[in-house]
Amino acid sequence: MTRYISLVGRKAIGTVERSGRAGLFLYDVLAGCMPLMRRPGLVVQQLYMIGVLSFIIIVVSGLFVGMVLGFQGYNILRDYGTESALGLMAAKTLTRELGPVVAALLFTGRACSALTAEIGLMKATEQLASMEMMAVNPFMRVLAPRFLAGFIAMPLLAGLFTAVGIFGAHLIGVELLGVDVGVFWNQMQSGTDFYDDILNGFIKSVVFGVVVTWIALFEGYEAVPTSAGVSQATTRTVVYASLAILGLDFIMTALMFGEI
Amino acid sequence: MTNNKTDLVRIEDIAFKRGERSVFANLSLLIPRGKVTAILGSSGAGKTTILNLIGGRIAPEAGHVYVDNQDVHQLSTNGLYALRKRMGMLFQSGALLTDLNVFDNVAFPVREHTRLPESLIRHLVLLKLELVGLRGARGLMPSELSGGMARRVALARAIVLDPMMVMYDEPFAGLDPISMGVIVKLIRELNDVLSMTSVIVTHDVHEACSIADYVYLVGNGKVIAEGDAETMLNADTAEVKQFMSGLPDGPVPFHYPAKDLSDDFMKAKL
Repeated sequence: MTRYISLVGRKAIGTVERSGRAGLFLYDVLAGCMPLMRRPGLVVQQLYMIGVLSFIIIVVSGLFVGMVLGFQGYNILRDYGTESALGLMAAKTLTRELGPVVAALLFTGRACSALTAEIGLMKATEQLASMEMMAVNPFMRVLAPRFLAGFIAMPLLAGLFTAVGIFGAHLIGVELLGVDVGVFWNQMQSGTDFYDDILNGFIKSVVFGVVVTWIALFEGYEAVPTSAGVSQATTRTVVYASLAILGLDFIMTALMFGEI
Repeated sequence: MTNNKTDLVRIEDIAFKRGERSVFANLSLLIPRGKVTAILGSSGAGKTTILNLIGGRIAPEAGHVYVDNQDVHQLSTNGLYALRKRMGMLFQSGALLTDLNVFDNVAFPVREHTRLPESLIRHLVLLKLELVGLRGARGLMPSELSGGMARRVALARAIVLDPMMVMYDEPFAGLDPISMGVIVKLIRELNDVLSMTSVIVTHDVHEACSIADYVYLVGNGKVIAEGDAETMLNADTAEVKQFMSGLPDGPVPFHYPAKDLSDDFMKAKL
Protein backbone atom coordinates (compact mmCIF):
# COMPACT_ATOMS: atom_id res chain seq x y z
CA MET A 1 0.00 0.00 0.00
CA THR A 2 2.81 2.39 0.96
CA ARG A 3 4.59 1.50 -2.26
CA TYR A 4 1.44 2.24 -4.25
CA ILE A 5 1.01 5.65 -2.60
CA SER A 6 4.68 6.45 -3.15
CA LEU A 7 4.39 5.43 -6.83
CA VAL A 8 1.34 7.67 -7.33
CA GLY A 9 3.16 10.49 -5.54
CA ARG A 10 6.23 10.09 -7.72
CA LYS A 11 4.09 10.10 -10.86
CA ALA A 12 2.22 13.21 -9.71
CA ILE A 13 5.44 15.07 -8.84
CA GLY A 14 6.93 14.00 -12.18
CA THR A 15 3.90 15.32 -14.07
CA VAL A 16 3.94 18.66 -12.23
CA GLU A 17 7.69 18.97 -12.77
CA ARG A 18 7.35 18.21 -16.48
CA SER A 19 4.51 20.72 -16.86
CA GLY A 20 6.70 23.33 -15.20
CA ARG A 21 9.56 22.54 -17.55
CA ALA A 22 7.19 22.76 -20.53
CA GLY A 23 6.08 26.22 -19.32
CA LEU A 24 9.65 27.44 -18.93
CA PHE A 25 10.46 25.95 -22.33
CA LEU A 26 7.62 27.94 -23.94
CA TYR A 27 8.86 31.08 -22.21
CA ASP A 28 12.36 30.56 -23.64
CA VAL A 29 10.95 29.87 -27.10
CA LEU A 30 8.80 33.03 -27.00
CA ALA A 31 11.82 35.02 -25.83
CA GLY A 32 13.74 33.57 -28.77
CA CYS A 33 11.04 34.82 -31.19
CA MET A 34 11.83 38.51 -30.63
CA PRO A 35 15.27 38.59 -32.29
CA LEU A 36 13.79 36.78 -35.31
CA MET A 37 12.24 40.07 -36.44
CA ARG A 38 15.71 40.87 -37.77
CA ARG A 39 16.14 37.43 -39.37
CA PRO A 40 12.86 36.53 -41.09
CA GLY A 41 14.71 34.19 -43.44
CA LEU A 42 14.98 31.58 -40.68
CA VAL A 43 11.18 31.54 -40.29
CA VAL A 44 10.56 31.46 -44.03
CA GLN A 45 12.84 28.44 -44.37
CA GLN A 46 10.87 26.59 -41.69
CA LEU A 47 7.56 27.70 -43.20
CA TYR A 48 8.65 25.88 -46.33
CA MET A 49 9.74 22.78 -44.38
CA ILE A 50 6.63 22.35 -42.27
CA GLY A 51 4.02 24.35 -44.17
CA VAL A 52 4.65 24.04 -47.90
CA LEU A 53 5.71 20.40 -47.64
CA SER A 54 2.40 19.62 -45.86
CA PHE A 55 0.49 21.11 -48.81
CA ILE A 56 -0.13 17.87 -50.72
CA ILE A 57 -1.47 15.83 -47.81
CA ILE A 58 -3.75 18.69 -46.77
CA VAL A 59 -5.15 19.19 -50.28
CA VAL A 60 -5.72 15.48 -50.95
CA SER A 61 -7.27 14.85 -47.53
CA GLY A 62 -9.43 17.97 -47.80
CA LEU A 63 -10.72 16.87 -51.17
CA PHE A 64 -11.66 13.39 -49.93
CA VAL A 65 -13.26 14.67 -46.72
CA GLY A 66 -15.26 17.20 -48.76
CA MET A 67 -16.40 14.53 -51.22
CA VAL A 68 -17.50 12.23 -48.38
CA LEU A 69 -19.37 15.17 -46.84
CA GLY A 70 -21.05 15.66 -50.22
CA PHE A 71 -22.29 12.06 -50.33
CA GLN A 72 -23.32 11.79 -46.68
CA GLY A 73 -24.81 15.28 -46.51
CA TYR A 74 -26.86 14.74 -49.66
CA ASN A 75 -28.24 11.40 -48.41
CA ILE A 76 -29.21 12.77 -45.01
CA LEU A 77 -30.63 16.07 -46.25
CA ARG A 78 -32.59 14.38 -49.04
CA ASP A 79 -34.62 12.46 -46.43
CA TYR A 80 -35.89 15.83 -45.18
CA GLY A 81 -36.16 17.38 -48.61
CA THR A 82 -33.43 19.91 -47.88
CA GLU A 83 -30.63 18.76 -50.16
CA SER A 84 -30.34 22.31 -51.44
CA ALA A 85 -28.70 23.16 -48.08
CA LEU A 86 -25.78 20.86 -48.89
CA GLY A 87 -23.40 23.76 -49.58
CA LEU A 88 -24.28 25.46 -46.31
CA MET A 89 -23.90 22.24 -44.35
CA ALA A 90 -20.51 21.47 -45.89
CA ALA A 91 -19.26 25.01 -45.33
CA LYS A 92 -20.36 25.18 -41.70
CA THR A 93 -19.01 21.71 -40.89
CA LEU A 94 -15.69 22.44 -42.52
CA THR A 95 -15.10 25.96 -41.21
CA ARG A 96 -16.18 25.25 -37.65
CA GLU A 97 -14.88 21.72 -37.06
CA LEU A 98 -13.41 19.54 -39.75
CA GLY A 99 -11.10 22.16 -41.25
CA PRO A 100 -9.22 23.10 -38.08
CA VAL A 101 -9.40 19.68 -36.39
CA VAL A 102 -8.55 17.34 -39.28
CA ALA A 103 -5.91 19.72 -40.66
CA ALA A 104 -4.33 19.90 -37.17
CA LEU A 105 -4.36 16.09 -36.86
CA LEU A 106 -2.73 15.78 -40.30
CA PHE A 107 -0.26 18.54 -39.44
CA THR A 108 0.66 16.62 -36.28
CA GLY A 109 1.33 13.44 -38.22
CA ARG A 110 3.13 15.09 -41.12
CA ALA A 111 5.08 17.99 -39.58
CA CYS A 112 5.11 17.72 -35.79
CA SER A 113 6.44 14.17 -35.69
CA ALA A 114 9.24 15.28 -38.03
CA LEU A 115 9.95 18.29 -35.80
CA THR A 116 10.31 16.09 -32.72
CA ALA A 117 12.56 13.63 -34.53
CA GLU A 118 14.70 16.44 -35.94
CA ILE A 119 15.17 18.24 -32.60
CA GLY A 120 15.68 14.93 -30.78
CA LEU A 121 18.38 13.89 -33.24
CA MET A 122 20.02 17.31 -33.06
CA LYS A 123 20.21 16.76 -29.32
CA ALA A 124 21.47 13.18 -29.65
CA THR A 125 24.20 14.22 -32.10
CA GLU A 126 25.25 17.14 -29.87
CA GLN A 127 24.30 19.75 -32.47
CA LEU A 128 22.34 21.78 -29.93
CA ALA A 129 25.20 21.50 -27.43
CA SER A 130 27.70 22.61 -30.06
CA MET A 131 25.56 25.66 -30.82
CA GLU A 132 25.52 26.58 -27.15
CA MET A 133 29.30 26.27 -27.07
CA MET A 134 29.53 28.51 -30.15
CA ALA A 135 27.58 31.09 -28.13
CA VAL A 136 24.54 30.62 -30.37
CA ASN A 137 21.25 30.36 -28.50
CA PRO A 138 19.47 27.25 -29.87
CA PHE A 139 16.13 28.63 -28.68
CA MET A 140 16.54 31.60 -31.01
CA ARG A 141 18.31 29.83 -33.86
CA VAL A 142 16.51 26.46 -33.97
CA LEU A 143 13.37 26.31 -31.83
CA ALA A 144 11.77 29.75 -32.21
CA PRO A 145 11.74 29.73 -36.06
CA ARG A 146 10.03 26.34 -36.02
CA PHE A 147 7.53 27.51 -33.43
CA LEU A 148 6.64 30.64 -35.41
CA ALA A 149 6.39 28.61 -38.61
CA GLY A 150 3.92 26.21 -36.94
CA PHE A 151 1.94 29.16 -35.58
CA ILE A 152 1.69 30.74 -39.04
CA ALA A 153 1.31 27.57 -41.14
CA MET A 154 -1.47 25.88 -39.16
CA PRO A 155 -4.28 28.44 -39.82
CA LEU A 156 -3.24 28.65 -43.48
CA LEU A 157 -3.36 24.88 -43.85
CA ALA A 158 -6.73 24.74 -42.08
CA GLY A 159 -8.05 27.40 -44.46
CA LEU A 160 -6.72 25.45 -47.42
CA PHE A 161 -8.29 22.24 -46.13
CA THR A 162 -11.65 23.97 -45.73
CA ALA A 163 -11.55 25.53 -49.19
CA VAL A 164 -10.60 22.27 -50.90
CA GLY A 165 -13.19 20.40 -48.81
CA ILE A 166 -15.94 22.73 -50.02
CA PHE A 167 -14.75 22.19 -53.57
CA GLY A 168 -14.96 18.40 -52.97
CA ALA A 169 -18.53 18.72 -51.65
CA HIS A 170 -19.36 20.79 -54.73
CA LEU A 171 -17.90 18.15 -57.03
CA ILE A 172 -20.08 15.44 -55.56
CA GLY A 173 -23.21 17.44 -54.68
CA VAL A 174 -23.45 19.59 -57.78
CA GLU A 175 -21.55 17.78 -60.51
CA LEU A 176 -22.46 14.20 -59.59
CA LEU A 177 -25.72 14.27 -57.61
CA GLY A 178 -27.35 17.21 -59.33
CA VAL A 179 -27.84 19.83 -56.60
CA ASP A 180 -28.44 23.19 -58.24
CA VAL A 181 -25.19 25.10 -58.45
CA GLY A 182 -26.76 28.50 -57.72
CA VAL A 183 -28.59 27.21 -54.68
CA PHE A 184 -25.44 25.42 -53.46
CA TRP A 185 -23.36 28.61 -53.41
CA ASN A 186 -26.19 30.99 -52.51
CA GLN A 187 -27.23 29.03 -49.40
CA MET A 188 -23.60 28.85 -48.35
CA GLN A 189 -23.07 32.58 -48.84
CA SER A 190 -26.18 33.66 -46.96
CA GLY A 191 -25.92 31.12 -44.14
CA THR A 192 -22.24 31.32 -43.28
CA ASP A 193 -21.44 33.86 -40.59
CA PHE A 194 -18.04 35.52 -40.49
CA TYR A 195 -17.76 35.61 -36.68
CA ASP A 196 -19.55 32.36 -35.77
CA ASP A 197 -18.06 30.20 -38.45
CA ILE A 198 -14.93 31.62 -40.04
CA LEU A 199 -13.44 33.54 -37.10
CA ASN A 200 -14.14 30.76 -34.60
CA GLY A 201 -12.59 28.21 -36.95
CA PHE A 202 -9.60 30.49 -37.39
CA ILE A 203 -9.16 30.88 -33.62
CA LYS A 204 -9.29 27.11 -33.22
CA SER A 205 -6.62 26.59 -35.86
CA VAL A 206 -4.34 29.20 -34.27
CA VAL A 207 -4.69 27.55 -30.84
CA PHE A 208 -4.02 24.10 -32.36
CA GLY A 209 -0.99 25.46 -34.21
CA VAL A 210 0.55 26.86 -31.04
CA VAL A 211 -0.19 23.82 -28.89
CA VAL A 212 0.88 21.06 -31.28
CA THR A 213 4.08 22.86 -32.28
CA TRP A 214 4.88 23.49 -28.61
CA ILE A 215 4.33 19.81 -27.79
CA ALA A 216 6.45 18.69 -30.76
CA LEU A 217 9.38 20.97 -29.94
CA PHE A 218 9.26 20.25 -26.20
CA GLU A 219 9.18 16.49 -26.72
CA GLY A 220 12.13 16.72 -29.11
CA TYR A 221 14.11 18.92 -26.74
CA GLU A 222 13.38 16.62 -23.78
CA ALA A 223 14.00 13.40 -25.71
CA VAL A 224 16.44 10.91 -24.25
CA PRO A 225 19.37 11.25 -26.68
CA THR A 226 19.27 7.68 -28.03
CA SER A 227 17.48 6.12 -30.98
CA ALA A 228 14.90 4.56 -28.64
CA GLY A 229 14.48 7.88 -26.83
CA VAL A 230 13.84 9.81 -30.04
CA SER A 231 11.41 7.16 -31.24
CA GLN A 232 9.46 7.33 -27.96
CA ALA A 233 9.43 11.11 -28.05
CA THR A 234 8.01 11.07 -31.59
CA THR A 235 5.26 8.68 -30.51
CA ARG A 236 4.46 10.87 -27.49
CA THR A 237 4.20 13.92 -29.75
CA VAL A 238 1.60 12.28 -31.98
CA VAL A 239 -0.40 10.91 -29.02
CA TYR A 240 -0.30 14.06 -26.84
CA ALA A 241 -0.87 16.46 -29.73
CA SER A 242 -3.83 14.45 -31.08
CA LEU A 243 -5.43 14.25 -27.65
CA ALA A 244 -4.76 17.95 -27.06
CA ILE A 245 -6.44 18.83 -30.37
CA LEU A 246 -9.56 16.82 -29.57
CA GLY A 247 -9.73 17.97 -25.95
CA LEU A 248 -9.18 21.63 -26.80
CA ASP A 249 -11.69 21.37 -29.64
CA PHE A 250 -14.34 20.24 -27.17
CA ILE A 251 -13.52 23.06 -24.74
CA MET A 252 -13.44 25.73 -27.44
CA THR A 253 -16.63 24.42 -29.07
CA ALA A 254 -18.37 24.54 -25.67
CA LEU A 255 -17.16 28.11 -25.14
CA MET A 256 -17.97 29.31 -28.68
CA PHE A 257 -21.20 27.49 -29.39
CA GLY A 258 -22.33 26.21 -26.00
CA GLU A 259 -25.19 28.68 -25.63
CA ILE A 260 -26.71 27.92 -29.03
CA MET B 1 45.80 30.05 -5.34
CA THR B 2 48.05 30.74 -8.29
CA ASN B 3 49.38 33.37 -10.62
CA ASN B 4 46.35 34.38 -12.67
CA LYS B 5 48.49 35.36 -15.65
CA THR B 6 49.95 31.91 -16.17
CA ASP B 7 46.78 29.84 -15.88
CA LEU B 8 43.90 30.35 -18.27
CA VAL B 9 41.57 27.95 -16.46
CA ARG B 10 41.44 27.40 -12.73
CA ILE B 11 39.15 24.77 -11.28
CA GLU B 12 38.97 25.19 -7.52
CA ASP B 13 37.53 22.60 -5.14
CA ILE B 14 34.54 21.67 -7.26
CA ALA B 15 31.94 19.13 -6.24
CA PHE B 16 29.52 17.76 -8.79
CA LYS B 17 26.84 15.09 -8.60
CA ARG B 18 24.90 13.33 -11.34
CA GLY B 19 21.69 12.23 -9.68
CA GLU B 20 22.77 10.56 -6.48
CA ARG B 21 26.23 9.65 -7.79
CA SER B 22 29.09 11.93 -6.86
CA VAL B 23 31.29 12.60 -9.91
CA PHE B 24 33.72 14.99 -8.21
CA ALA B 25 34.11 15.55 -4.51
CA ASN B 26 36.86 18.14 -4.29
CA LEU B 27 38.56 18.52 -7.64
CA SER B 28 41.09 21.24 -8.38
CA LEU B 29 43.26 21.68 -11.45
CA LEU B 30 44.97 24.37 -13.46
CA ILE B 31 45.22 24.75 -17.24
CA PRO B 32 48.27 26.82 -18.18
CA ARG B 33 48.03 29.43 -20.94
CA GLY B 34 49.49 28.62 -24.33
CA LYS B 35 50.07 24.96 -23.51
CA VAL B 36 48.48 21.67 -24.49
CA THR B 37 47.03 20.05 -21.37
CA ALA B 38 45.68 16.51 -21.44
CA ILE B 39 43.15 15.23 -18.95
CA LEU B 40 43.27 11.45 -18.91
CA GLY B 41 40.96 9.05 -17.17
CA SER B 42 38.96 5.92 -17.72
CA SER B 43 35.48 5.99 -19.22
CA GLY B 44 32.98 7.44 -16.79
CA ALA B 45 35.65 9.25 -14.78
CA GLY B 46 33.98 12.59 -15.53
CA LYS B 47 36.43 13.95 -18.09
CA THR B 48 33.75 15.37 -20.39
CA THR B 49 32.01 16.77 -17.31
CA ILE B 50 35.14 18.87 -16.69
CA LEU B 51 34.82 20.38 -20.18
CA ASN B 52 31.13 21.05 -19.64
CA LEU B 53 31.95 22.77 -16.34
CA ILE B 54 34.60 24.92 -18.02
CA GLY B 55 32.17 25.83 -20.80
CA GLY B 56 29.42 26.68 -18.30
CA ARG B 57 27.01 24.11 -19.68
CA ILE B 58 26.58 22.63 -16.21
CA ALA B 59 27.15 24.16 -12.78
CA PRO B 60 29.03 22.59 -9.88
CA GLU B 61 27.39 22.12 -6.50
CA ALA B 62 30.39 23.70 -4.80
CA GLY B 63 33.62 25.35 -5.85
CA HIS B 64 34.53 27.70 -8.68
CA VAL B 65 35.67 27.51 -12.28
CA TYR B 66 37.61 30.51 -13.54
CA VAL B 67 38.33 31.04 -17.22
CA ASP B 68 40.56 34.00 -18.02
CA ASN B 69 39.94 35.18 -14.44
CA GLN B 70 36.13 35.16 -14.83
CA ASP B 71 34.04 32.96 -12.59
CA VAL B 72 32.12 31.05 -15.28
CA HIS B 73 29.12 30.23 -13.12
CA GLN B 74 28.65 33.76 -11.83
CA LEU B 75 28.40 35.25 -15.32
CA SER B 76 25.12 36.49 -16.80
CA THR B 77 23.84 34.73 -19.92
CA ASN B 78 25.31 37.48 -22.10
CA GLY B 79 28.60 37.33 -20.20
CA LEU B 80 28.75 33.56 -20.61
CA TYR B 81 28.02 33.81 -24.33
CA ALA B 82 30.71 36.49 -24.70
CA LEU B 83 33.19 34.16 -23.00
CA ARG B 84 32.13 31.21 -25.17
CA LYS B 85 32.87 33.24 -28.30
CA ARG B 86 36.49 33.10 -27.15
CA MET B 87 36.38 29.33 -26.61
CA GLY B 88 36.15 26.58 -29.17
CA MET B 89 35.03 23.06 -28.49
CA LEU B 90 35.51 19.94 -30.54
CA PHE B 91 32.86 17.39 -29.69
CA GLN B 92 33.52 13.66 -29.87
CA SER B 93 31.00 13.23 -32.68
CA GLY B 94 32.07 16.42 -34.45
CA ALA B 95 28.50 17.73 -33.94
CA LEU B 96 28.38 19.26 -37.40
CA LEU B 97 25.04 20.76 -38.39
CA THR B 98 23.67 18.10 -40.70
CA ASP B 99 21.65 20.44 -42.94
CA LEU B 100 24.70 22.57 -43.81
CA ASN B 101 27.65 21.66 -46.01
CA VAL B 102 31.27 21.84 -44.87
CA PHE B 103 31.74 25.46 -45.90
CA ASP B 104 28.53 26.64 -44.21
CA ASN B 105 29.31 24.67 -41.06
CA VAL B 106 32.65 26.45 -40.70
CA ALA B 107 31.08 29.78 -41.61
CA PHE B 108 28.24 29.27 -39.12
CA PRO B 109 29.82 30.98 -36.05
CA VAL B 110 31.14 33.84 -38.21
CA ARG B 111 27.73 34.51 -39.75
CA GLU B 112 26.04 34.29 -36.35
CA HIS B 113 28.41 36.64 -34.54
CA THR B 114 29.69 39.08 -37.11
CA ARG B 115 28.39 41.12 -40.00
CA LEU B 116 31.35 40.50 -42.22
CA PRO B 117 30.70 40.56 -45.97
CA GLU B 118 30.40 37.19 -47.67
CA SER B 119 33.64 37.72 -49.61
CA LEU B 120 35.58 38.09 -46.37
CA ILE B 121 33.78 35.12 -44.75
CA ARG B 122 34.77 33.07 -47.79
CA HIS B 123 38.45 33.92 -47.32
CA LEU B 124 38.31 33.25 -43.60
CA VAL B 125 36.59 29.88 -44.00
CA LEU B 126 38.87 28.73 -46.81
CA LEU B 127 41.92 29.66 -44.74
CA LYS B 128 40.73 27.58 -41.80
CA LEU B 129 39.77 24.68 -44.06
CA GLU B 130 43.24 24.90 -45.62
CA LEU B 131 44.75 24.62 -42.13
CA VAL B 132 42.96 21.31 -41.56
CA GLY B 133 43.60 20.15 -45.12
CA LEU B 134 39.97 20.12 -46.28
CA ARG B 135 39.68 23.18 -48.53
CA GLY B 136 38.78 20.84 -51.36
CA ALA B 137 35.94 19.26 -49.38
CA ARG B 138 34.06 22.51 -48.80
CA GLY B 139 31.06 21.48 -50.88
CA LEU B 140 30.49 18.12 -49.18
CA MET B 141 27.66 17.44 -46.75
CA PRO B 142 28.46 16.01 -43.29
CA SER B 143 26.94 12.66 -44.30
CA GLU B 144 29.59 12.39 -47.05
CA LEU B 145 32.53 12.78 -44.65
CA SER B 146 34.51 10.08 -42.86
CA GLY B 147 34.83 10.27 -39.06
CA GLY B 148 38.29 11.81 -39.28
CA MET B 149 37.23 14.38 -41.88
CA ALA B 150 34.16 15.33 -39.84
CA ARG B 151 36.38 15.96 -36.85
CA ARG B 152 38.74 18.11 -38.90
CA VAL B 153 35.83 20.18 -40.20
CA ALA B 154 34.61 20.56 -36.62
CA LEU B 155 38.12 21.64 -35.68
CA ALA B 156 38.12 24.28 -38.44
CA ARG B 157 34.77 25.50 -37.11
CA ALA B 158 36.11 25.57 -33.54
CA ILE B 159 39.02 27.82 -34.52
CA VAL B 160 37.27 30.01 -37.09
CA LEU B 161 36.78 32.87 -34.60
CA ASP B 162 40.42 32.56 -33.41
CA PRO B 163 39.55 31.53 -29.86
CA MET B 164 41.92 31.80 -26.91
CA MET B 165 41.26 28.16 -26.03
CA VAL B 166 40.02 25.00 -27.70
CA MET B 167 38.63 22.06 -25.73
CA TYR B 168 38.83 18.63 -27.35
CA ASP B 169 36.44 15.93 -26.17
CA GLU B 170 37.89 12.51 -27.04
CA PRO B 171 39.46 13.76 -30.29
CA PHE B 172 41.14 10.42 -31.07
CA ALA B 173 38.23 8.07 -30.40
CA GLY B 174 37.20 5.77 -33.25
CA LEU B 175 39.73 7.05 -35.81
CA ASP B 176 41.92 5.02 -38.15
CA PRO B 177 45.70 5.41 -37.59
CA ILE B 178 46.16 7.94 -40.40
CA SER B 179 43.27 10.16 -39.29
CA MET B 180 44.48 9.89 -35.72
CA GLY B 181 47.98 10.95 -36.73
CA VAL B 182 46.51 13.92 -38.61
CA ILE B 183 44.43 15.03 -35.62
CA VAL B 184 47.37 14.64 -33.22
CA LYS B 185 49.56 16.77 -35.48
CA LEU B 186 46.83 19.39 -36.00
CA ILE B 187 46.16 19.86 -32.30
CA ARG B 188 49.81 20.55 -31.57
CA GLU B 189 50.40 22.73 -34.63
CA LEU B 190 47.24 24.80 -34.26
CA ASN B 191 48.02 25.38 -30.60
CA ASP B 192 51.46 26.74 -31.48
CA VAL B 193 50.61 28.58 -34.70
CA LEU B 194 47.51 30.29 -33.34
CA SER B 195 48.94 30.81 -29.83
CA MET B 196 46.00 29.08 -28.22
CA THR B 197 45.51 27.03 -25.09
CA SER B 198 44.38 23.47 -25.69
CA VAL B 199 42.62 21.10 -23.32
CA ILE B 200 42.37 17.48 -24.46
CA VAL B 201 40.12 15.05 -22.67
CA THR B 202 40.90 11.50 -23.70
CA HIS B 203 41.74 7.98 -22.65
CA ASP B 204 44.23 7.51 -25.49
CA VAL B 205 47.39 7.74 -23.42
CA HIS B 206 50.12 7.62 -26.04
CA GLU B 207 48.56 10.07 -28.50
CA ALA B 208 47.85 12.54 -25.71
CA CYS B 209 51.30 12.17 -24.14
CA SER B 210 53.00 12.67 -27.50
CA ILE B 211 51.73 16.27 -27.73
CA ALA B 212 50.75 17.34 -24.19
CA ASP B 213 52.86 19.74 -22.19
CA TYR B 214 51.11 18.77 -18.99
CA VAL B 215 48.98 15.75 -18.07
CA TYR B 216 46.35 15.15 -15.42
CA LEU B 217 45.03 11.71 -14.56
CA VAL B 218 41.58 11.82 -12.99
CA GLY B 219 39.59 9.06 -11.37
CA ASN B 220 37.41 8.43 -8.32
CA GLY B 221 36.33 12.07 -8.42
CA LYS B 222 39.81 13.53 -7.94
CA VAL B 223 43.16 14.14 -9.61
CA ILE B 224 45.13 10.93 -9.11
CA ALA B 225 48.37 12.23 -10.57
CA GLU B 226 49.75 15.11 -12.59
CA GLY B 227 52.97 16.07 -14.29
CA ASP B 228 54.62 16.34 -17.67
CA ALA B 229 54.11 13.46 -20.09
CA GLU B 230 57.43 11.79 -19.37
CA THR B 231 56.92 11.86 -15.62
CA MET B 232 53.48 10.35 -16.01
CA LEU B 233 54.64 7.61 -18.38
CA ASN B 234 57.42 6.62 -15.98
CA ALA B 235 55.38 6.91 -12.79
CA ASP B 236 55.64 3.89 -10.51
CA THR B 237 52.42 4.43 -8.53
CA ALA B 238 50.25 1.36 -9.09
CA GLU B 239 47.15 3.38 -10.07
CA VAL B 240 49.03 5.54 -12.58
CA LYS B 241 51.03 2.65 -13.95
CA GLN B 242 47.92 0.57 -14.56
CA PHE B 243 46.25 3.32 -16.57
CA MET B 244 49.31 4.58 -18.45
CA SER B 245 50.37 1.05 -19.43
CA GLY B 246 46.86 -0.25 -20.00
CA LEU B 247 47.14 -3.17 -17.57
CA PRO B 248 43.88 -5.15 -17.34
CA ASP B 249 44.04 -5.68 -13.56
CA GLY B 250 45.32 -3.59 -10.72
CA PRO B 251 43.86 -0.96 -8.39
CA VAL B 252 41.02 -0.69 -10.89
CA PRO B 253 39.77 -4.31 -10.84
CA PHE B 254 39.03 -6.30 -14.00
CA HIS B 255 35.76 -7.62 -12.48
CA TYR B 256 32.76 -5.46 -11.77
CA PRO B 257 31.86 -5.91 -8.08
CA ALA B 258 29.76 -9.07 -7.68
CA LYS B 259 28.98 -11.70 -5.06
CA ASP B 260 31.05 -14.84 -4.75
CA LEU B 261 31.22 -16.93 -7.95
CA SER B 262 30.31 -20.25 -6.28
CA ASP B 263 27.35 -18.61 -4.49
CA ASP B 264 26.12 -17.24 -7.78
CA PHE B 265 26.21 -20.62 -9.54
CA MET B 266 25.05 -22.84 -6.67
CA LYS B 267 22.03 -20.68 -5.86
CA ALA B 268 20.97 -20.21 -9.44
CA LYS B 269 17.34 -21.10 -10.09
CA LEU B 270 17.00 -23.76 -12.74
